[in-house]
Amino acid sequence: MADQRVILITGGNGGLGRATARMFLEESPNNFVWLGVRTRREAADKLAAEFSDRCRCVELEAAEPEAWQKTVGEILKVNNRLDVLVNNAGQHQDVLLAQMPLDAWRDVLDANLHSVFNGCQAVLPTMISQHRGRIVNIASLSALLAPPGQTNYAAAKAGVVALTQSLAKEVARIGITVNAVCPGYVDTGAFDDMSAEERKLTLARIPMRRFGRPEEVAAAVKFLASAQASYVTGSAIKVDGGIL
Amino acid sequence: MDNHSELKARIKKMIVENLMLQMTEAEISDEQPLFGPEGIGLDSVDALQLVVGLDKNFGLKIPNPAAAKVVLRNVNTMAEAVVKEGKP
Repeated sequence: MADQRVILITGGNGGLGRATARMFLEESPNNFVWLGVRTRREAADKLAAEFSDRCRCVELEAAEPEAWQKTVGEILKVNNRLDVLVNNAGQHQDVLLAQMPLDAWRDVLDANLHSVFNGCQAVLPTMISQHRGRIVNIASLSALLAPPGQTNYAAAKAGVVALTQSLAKEVARIGITVNAVCPGYVDTGAFDDMSAEERKLTLARIPMRRFGRPEEVAAAVKFLASAQASYVTGSAIKVDGGIL
Repeated sequence: MDNHSELKARIKKMIVENLMLQMTEAEISDEQPLFGPEGIGLDSVDALQLVVGLDKNFGLKIPNPAAAKVVLRNVNTMAEAVVKEGKP
């Protein structure tokens, strides 16, 4: 297909991954979306079934370099190209540093930072040979705010922002852009367990007085992956309702 | 043009096209260094593109930066590596 755009989104089962995938799928019938999933994949499978001719799930342990080689190989076998990578997979284990188990540090760095390194390294040969590519890394407002209880997550996401800026300079002249999106409080279901008081206190910190919607983050990703963003690289766009 | 000369011509074409150089293939001699003060002015990002290009066009996999430094010295060394380990 002449105008086909092939997009890989990690963390494809989560609310943000699915909202981003849906936005690309609805943007053009020529967009083909791969959803990288780990152990949980029910929601991603449902989305893939809805767009069965151009959306597929692929098992991907993003912290493992070998898994990336396999996934990219599979995509190239089917589509023979890869235009957009959205590094969205991640997790957090919040605890004060003084009490943080070493595993909580390592796991969060693996899931949020090493996964991005692996993903970029796996797709670059293809994007370099295409002389074209878009990489969008999902960082976090935590990278900029560095809240207490998130030394691991904030360090990992700050690393993602720095990686984004550095890699952007390395590949700028090859036609590849690399950008980050820093979401604030986005309602992907993670706030359902909040007490009414916690919710009230959190909302009071947000100038817009509401949580963000996954679609509002996906819109920033879609822009950064678009032809219209051809001169934007090394940026970290906040989508946070005005917190910072 | 014998096979080896033809291979070197293809490598020069790849260098000029992939790196979008403002020079012709004829301006690159076989033994001219590609990098450094005596070279044609390539840098590490160009090297990255050449590593990908050699893999895609000639089936030559260069495993690490140390090996790339040896292979990418000039067109002769690139051609030798392709003949030895790639698909010329």
